[in-house]
Amino acid sequence: MSHLSERLAQLKSENRAAFIAYLPAGFPTVEKSKAAIEVLVKNGADIIEIGFPYSDPIMDGPIIQEAADIALANGAGAKEVLEILEFTTNLNVPAVVMTYWNPIEQYGISKFADAIKSANGSGVITPDLSLEEANPWINESNRAGIDNIFVAAPSSLPERLNHVASACSGFVYAASLMGVTGTRTSVSSSAKDLVARIRESVQTPVCVGLGVSTPEQAKEVASYADGVIVGSALIKILLEQPDFETGLKELATLTKSLADGIRQAR
Amino acid sequence: MSTTTDLTGGKPDVSVGHFGEYGGRFVPEALVAALDELAQMHAQTQTDPTFIAELDELHRTYSGRPSIITEAKRFACYAGGARIILKREDLNHTGSHKINNVLGQALLTKRMGKSRVIAETGAGQHGVATATAAALMGLDCVVYMGEEDTKRQSLNVARMKLLGAEVVPVTSGSRTLKDAINEAMRDWVTNVADTHYILGTVAGPHPFPTMVRDFHRIIGDEARAQVIELTGKLPDAVLACVGGGSNAIGIFYPFIQDTSVRLIGLEAGGDGIETGRHASAISGGRPGVLHGARSYMLQDKDGQTRESHSISAGLDYPGVGPEHAYLHDIGRAEYRPITDKEAMEAFSLLSRTEGIIPAIETAHALAGAMKVGNELGPKATLLINLSGRGDKDVETAANYFENLKM
Ligand SMILES: Cc1ncc(COP(=O)(O)O)c(C=O)c1O
Repeated sequence: MSHLSERLAQLKSENRAAFIAYLPAGFPTVEKSKAAIEVLVKNGADIIEIGFPYSDPIMDGPIIQEAADIALANGAGAKEVLEILEFTTNLNVPAVVMTYWNPIEQYGISKFADAIKSANGSGVITPDLSLEEANPWINESNRAGIDNIFVAAPSSLPERLNHVASACSGFVYAASLMGVTGTRTSVSSSAKDLVARIRESVQTPVCVGLGVSTPEQAKEVASYADGVIVGSALIKILLEQPDFETGLKELATLTKSLADGIRQAR
Repeated sequence: MSTTTDLTGGKPDVSVGHFGEYGGRFVPEALVAALDELAQMHAQTQTDPTFIAELDELHRTYSGRPSIITEAKRFACYAGGARIILKREDLNHTGSHKINNVLGQALLTKRMGKSRVIAETGAGQHGVATATAAALMGLDCVVYMGEEDTKRQSLNVARMKLLGAEVVPVTSGSRTLKDAINEAMRDWVTNVADTHYILGTVAGPHPFPTMVRDFHRIIGDEARAQVIELTGKLPDAVLACVGGGSNAIGIFYPFIQDTSVRLIGLEAGGDGIETGRHASAISGGRPGVLHGARSYMLQDKDGQTRESHSISAGLDYPGVGPEHAYLHDIGRAEYRPITDKEAMEAFSLLSRTEGIIPAIETAHALAGAMKVGNELGPKATLLINLSGRGDKDVETAANYFENLKM
């Protein structure tokens, strides 16, 4: 069982949802992203999701695009992603990498799975790896002993949803809405429905992402999902603050209130 | 029924649209249901007499098909004396081949009961064609265009607006075609319930490469018969410029089984492949996944897409359609780079020798014809896809040739 699965099982036994926090690796720089991850972990994030910055992130809104551009301009690549992954797992927190497919293919599918494993990563989220193309990756991640996490969407028809959910290990990533990442004023009602539909086909934990940005929204999602994924709202704070130190303070405050919201949900 | 190119005896995989190891589908799950619906609709309508008649009527009475062929005798003197035959897609309504695909997809949009279309555009030709079809069929239309390209092709921006479309300048990334496609994909993921994405070339996830090819093969079907009628035989080579590759696959496809006919795609070589500033995905890139499909592309060691460079907005794209990648690998088609300079020379040469101002995209094919004609000599017959007209490029040309004088 991966560290990720252990943590999700443990939180389930405590009757609360996991707080999964996302940051792109190397944003704004390698050292600063390590500092930001420490802040997330200290203030109540249960699981860290590390983004592999990518030039053409079609599932991401303007906030994550901007952060990825900054990380890329500062030289973030596979080496930096793996370095930050190892740094994170050394904090004794489960961590997964979220990446578009081409960086995996160019690194080498088998080599990438091994590299995630040797950095003690629990698994990889692949938002644009359609099931039809996923077999080579599923085989390699199984061999390496890491989880493969696919994204399920509200538009998935029942049979398809069953296939996507069944292909996941660790957790199933339920996209709360039809759209890209970003902050939203409310969480779409399709999220709760999607979680229920996924649970009809699998026992795997279901975590909800896309658009969750406030403690109130996190609390709402945490009432029914096994995990709440927050990304853009955290990054936005770092982008908006004039200096990084202030950004980290603000990040600590938001992280803590999101964690509190999630803990009060049930 | 649509099938992928099948020359190797491998079983064509209709469901996920592979061309050898290329093509396929690498997209957010949210788009899969819509792509499945589209693939099914396309497959169905390929043999539906009502759909075929509707599209045929639009071709004849709206865009002006069949397009003629023109023999370019004066231009031929600069192409080794080879016989040069131009397939005149520039004479279609809206001025390029793009309308063939757009009319087909717009009809599919109506069949799917969707009321809004979106498109990406580089040169603006695909955007203009989409805005035109949307006006004709009463669909809402939003066109994404890199900010850089809105400047290079300002005439087409005005045309799209006149036609009632909203033009959204894209300011992310390199601000060109690649980023316009990203932005259109994001719109589509969000609005897929009522929106169809009219992708303008043979790239993207299945079924786009197959579907867009099927809507453009009319170019090759007509040209093959026209050339045989004129010359009594097949041409020795068929040439076309390659951005995403739609005009090229459209004219190549009906010749694929004619193994005596060389198929030659001309990619944008920019300042020259050796400078790194080019847009030649096949000649200067390697396989990877971009915009939902595996194909050749420009990328760094980590798989980050590299920016392309070309004087031609319509060829300024770091990827290429997966069927071209496949035709290249199996040796059925050849791909060569043409520099900005070579293209601009051919641009002015065709204008002066034939009274036809080609699009700068198309000028790459003409420059290729000059080289291939010189290689093959006066006995050869070359068929060239004249994919578009150059009105939109007059400003770029004026700047270019003025700079040369200084
Ligand atoms: C006239 C013309 N030819 C060619 C192209 C390149 O596209 P494709 O390679 O898909 O034919 C364009 C694109 O804008 C164009 O306008």
